[in-house]
Amino acid sequence: MQSRSIALESEHDIAVARGEVRTLAAGIGFRIIDQTRLATVTSELARNVVKYAKRGRMIAQPLDAAQGRPGLRLIFEDTGPGIPDVGAAMRDGFSTGRGLGKGLPGSKRLVDVFEIESTVGVGTRVTIVRWL
Amino acid sequence: MDGQQRIPILKVGRVLIVPIQVDMDDQTVMHLQERILSELERTGARGVLIDISLLEMVDSFIGRVLSDIAAMARIMDARTVVVGMQPAVAITLVELGLELRGVDTVLNVDEGIRLLRSEFGIDEDEEDAGLGGAGAFAEQVNRP
Repeated sequence: MQSRSIALESEHDIAVARGEVRTLAAGIGFRIIDQTRLATVTSELARNVVKYAKRGRMIAQPLDAAQGRPGLRLIFEDTGPGIPDVGAAMRDGFSTGRGLGKGLPGSKRLVDVFEIESTVGVGTRVTIVRWL
Repeated sequence: MDGQQRIPILKVGRVLIVPIQVDMDDQTVMHLQERILSELERTGARGVLIDISLLEMVDSFIGRVLSDIAAMARIMDARTVVVGMQPAVAITLVELGLELRGVDTVLNVDEGIRLLRSEFGIDEDEEDAGLGGAGAFAEQVNRP
């Protein structure tokens, strides 16, 4: 399956992205609970992009057995302010915005792979994978 | 679509019933919160029943707004019940670490009405014939 890129530039794009991910996940054969986890994590991470960086994008890459293991990889990237202390941002209860501080650590619990690269003044890339 | 999604608010007796049947964008969620509060003021309803049985996802934003609606409604002397959460949504909420603080949740609309009536003492309006015929007696309170 083709990978897909979705622009994240407004609050409405958050809803578009999670709808797209749910459809993709269903097509890959994920169960309802995993479709829900993926849609929810997309909503959290896409909102971070729109809220902190104003704009960025999500790349959705369906993974098939030929690439090792079937699943879905999602990449959220922006050229926003970056996260000064990624370690702190990954701890429950931490938040710089008006959020509840659940966003990043909560999202991590919903997926199998969660990687975050961030450079202050350059941007942030979060890569997640849920295996089928 | 942007901000134009319409979530109906029905008044049945002294309860506002809010059936959410679509995935809402953030603007729609905020707009819904304002409309529920203004309908509480306008109608003097004492209960709010939010049906999320068709909602396929509750993220930290929607979770926070549900908590806010319950807190604000309580200040306006009304109680809020969220009904019909799908199992997958409940599992995801817990994994995410969300508590829906201050929100009572029950399995379905019947239980929600029962809770509002018995626990919180919210009765029907004198003039309303009963909650059983919700469809027939509901007053659509949507306004632009």
